[in-house]
Amino acid sequence: MDILAELSAALQAGEDTKVAELTEGAIAAALAPKRILDDGLIAGMAVVGARFKAHEIFLPDVLMAAKAMYAGLDRLRPLLVRDGVPALGKVVLGTVQGDLHDIGKNLVGIMLRGAGFEVIDLGNDVAPERFVDTAEREGASVIGLSALLTTTMPGMGRVVDLVRRRELAGRIRVIVGGAPVCSSYAAEIGADAYGFDAANAVDRVKDLIHAR
Amino acid sequence: MNEIVTMAPHQVLPDAGPVLEALGVPKDRLACDRTRDLYEAAAEVFVATAAPIGCLGEITSDEFAAVYLGEGRNHARTPVGDLIGRADALALFAVTVGEGVGRAITNRFHARDFAVGYVLDALASVATEKAADVAERRFRERLGQRGRWGTGSGLMRYSPGYCGWDVSGQLKLFQHLQPQRIGIALRESFLMEPLKSISGVLIAGPREIHAFDDDYACCTSCETHDCRQRIQAMMAVGASQTRQGD
Repeated sequence: MDILAELSAALQAGEDTKVAELTEGAIAAALAPKRILDDGLIAGMAVVGARFKAHEIFLPDVLMAAKAMYAGLDRLRPLLVRDGVPALGKVVLGTVQGDLHDIGKNLVGIMLRGAGFEVIDLGNDVAPERFVDTAEREGASVIGLSALLTTTMPGMGRVVDLVRRRELAGRIRVIVGGAPVCSSYAAEIGADAYGFDAANAVDRVKDLIHAR
Repeated sequence: MNEIVTMAPHQVLPDAGPVLEALGVPKDRLACDRTRDLYEAAAEVFVATAAPIGCLGEITSDEFAAVYLGEGRNHARTPVGDLIGRADALALFAVTVGEGVGRAITNRFHARDFAVGYVLDALASVATEKAADVAERRFRERLGQRGRWGTGSGLMRYSPGYCGWDVSGQLKLFQHLQPQRIGIALRESFLMEPLKSISGVLIAGPREIHAFDDDYACCTSCETHDCRQRIQAMMAVGASQTRQGD
């Protein structure tokens, strides 16, 4: 097994220490950082994502793989920056104003990073202006909004409205998700996409990026 | 009756089975060392950080009718609305496993221990339900001490935000019960802090009154219909009590 296949396998098994060692080994073997990222780490996470969608593995397994992915990325990131390798896209993520639930949002962030996105996590109880200001300032192309309460989900509509009022629609896309949210609600408030779970949200964000 | 219900973390610590179920992980995965290790790591953090506590306040039917009316946003016909006049006894309750667990969950995610953080979150949710079970048992005991709980009695709990009881009902519930005294606060969005908290009403009465059909208008938007299992479980407990009484 070559080192990248070994790296992918270790990541799938959630062996973070081994992933760190193998990433260092691949760097020492003078493999291109972008290749280590794409054919080792992201390839491993893609298998994990596919097995999760097929219900062969479960979220705790995905999260252990994600931890391993981060261990590899820590070693690789300085080299990717040096080589000017861009992320797949930049996403501003947060739980809307008035809501403190952040597990779902955290899962989406972890999976987006695992898929190669740069994620700016604003945390929870985030005001609409902060979402849009951050996305504008950071040049993010997607804002991801999470809510777990029917009383806080109208905050999603306020972010969508603000994006429109600032004439950023099209440049900045909005994806929404969370227990009380559904695709018809997303359509009603004018969001660009709805993610029914963390894995699906990653697919939808990829769609939004590719649609640009 | 108006009392604080104290409890120890191990009293509400759930077994691995219900936690895995909450995570959507099949129970046979418990045979896997990695899954068991995750549960045990989460359980250890929970016991070290949880501070479960609850409060109970008995309330008359008339008083509860006013609390239940809340901000006037309930569904027109609801299971709780139909039960108020038929109940023998009612108590408002609130329970929490405390702020420490929430902080521990956040810390696990910050430390990139995502899987343990995620399992701990689910474990804490199940534990909060167990804390509500403890409050329920206490109410039953108190009713028993006053000769108001018999073999034909049954008890169910309901919370604002479910079964047609609008979540804005939290406002009046908090005004009446004052869960602030056990550290539970209510935000403008009716979200409770700490997050791992449950509030609601305990309704005691003849078991038969609880056996409603899930054909209310509010039931159409319910995704779980878990009242079916809860009613079934209450009926089974009642039947076993009756057998013991025989």
